[in-house]
Amino acid sequence: MKTHKIETPLNDNVIEKLRVGDLVLINGYVYTARDAAHKKLLELINSKLSLPFDLKGQIIYYVGPTPAPPGKVIGAAGPTTSSRMDSYTPLLLSLGLKGMIGKGQRSEEVKEAIKKYRAIYFLATGGAGALLSKHIIEAKEIAFSELGTESIKRLLLRDFPAIVGIDIYGGDIFKR
Amino acid sequence: MRRIGKEEIIREVKDLYKEAVISLPEDVSKALKDAFNKEEGTAKEILKQIVDNERVSLEDRIPLCQDTGIAVLFVEWGCKVIYEDGDPMDAFNEGIRLAVKEGYLRASVVEDPVFSRKNTGDNTPSIVHFEMVKSDKVKITLAPKGAGSENMSALKMLKPAEGLDGVKAFVIETVKKAGGNPCPPVIVGIGIGGNFEKAALLAKKSLLRKIGESNPNPLYAKLEKELLEDINSLNIGAMGIGGKTTALAVHIEYYPCHIASLPVAVNIQCHSARHKEVVL
Repeated sequence: MKTHKIETPLNDNVIEKLRVGDLVLINGYVYTARDAAHKKLLELINSKLSLPFDLKGQIIYYVGPTPAPPGKVIGAAGPTTSSRMDSYTPLLLSLGLKGMIGKGQRSEEVKEAIKKYRAIYFLATGGAGALLSKHIIEAKEIAFSELGTESIKRLLLRDFPAIVGIDIYGGDIFKR
Repeated sequence: MRRIGKEEIIREVKDLYKEAVISLPEDVSKALKDAFNKEEGTAKEILKQIVDNERVSLEDRIPLCQDTGIAVLFVEWGCKVIYEDGDPMDAFNEGIRLAVKEGYLRASVVEDPVFSRKNTGDNTPSIVHFEMVKSDKVKITLAPKGAGSENMSALKMLKPAEGLDGVKAFVIETVKKAGGNPCPPVIVGIGIGGNFEKAALLAKKSLLRKIGESNPNPLYAKLEKELLEDINSLNIGAMGIGGKTTALAVHIEYYPCHIASLPVAVNIQCHSARHKEVVL
């Protein structure tokens, strides 16, 4: 098992080094979005309006955290099931998105798009929301506040642990 | 006759929910530690995070999982207990509402499943299953159920001719299809017989049984054991990345059924198998 410490935004040099099963510690800003936020992003794209953040090189973390208790940055913040976002993902990757953090398997279309646009899919441990919250040192809501937990938030990660689930070489941790 | 009032129900439900989301039942906690000790490689690393998560959750009072579920309550209401404070559902939901607010839990319920999908903002309404029992007590079991595992559950009306093989094949197919999505290691709850809704309810109820306890009927106990072995040889493993432990337990509950039916429901429970009970 190889461990890489990586920084966002991601570039091709970093992505080329990552292979399925490698452990990564992610540092830097990522953006949260679940199904409801993806739907809204799609509406903005279709209407040729600008997005709440520039997708280039960024990572989307599929998470809807619990509210931050007093004195904490965020509540429990583990990954949600990625496949619910599959239908939106190829388009976002074509627009420059480089990475995703979630849990569970992805569709063939997403795998193809990951290869084509040189991106990466990370798995975080589902149901480890309390532990993972310790690796989030800043959280700021930046769009769609009406969605509550599903709004888009910018998170600053420090050594956030994840595993490479799908790489640009066609590797898929779920295919054995 | 005994009286139980609204305030007592509200307080107890609130406390149950707040505690259930930060502490696992002892049997679940032990099963996860055993799985960690048995596992190797990346799956061990994942199980380490799961075990560590429990400690952090208790220490920091942060929920084990951000999906604090839709609250499912099983209520055994003693027939000697009188409630005169209006609709008891109001009291159950008020307890949930307060727990969500005071415990900083996630509001994960939408008011309309198809059209508005607007979040109710306080995680109500809850889902309450009432049962009348012969006692002067009220037992409330609260089990927050996350969608990751619930979405991977399935029900099938088999033909009686499909029999035991059909039951086994459907369970295995459901667990296989779920893969890493329901946050394995899972508990597989199976309801067999009854009718359409009875099978589903039996499956859900079986998830409350302690890990390590078998169905009292030796035929079903044997089936539980065989299915657990079959599931753990699928190599799905923790979070679906491969490994020895795909399921911590298989629990089956059964009920008589129609001559023409063989309903089977498979309710999958993630490793964060949270539930807590109180007797009033």
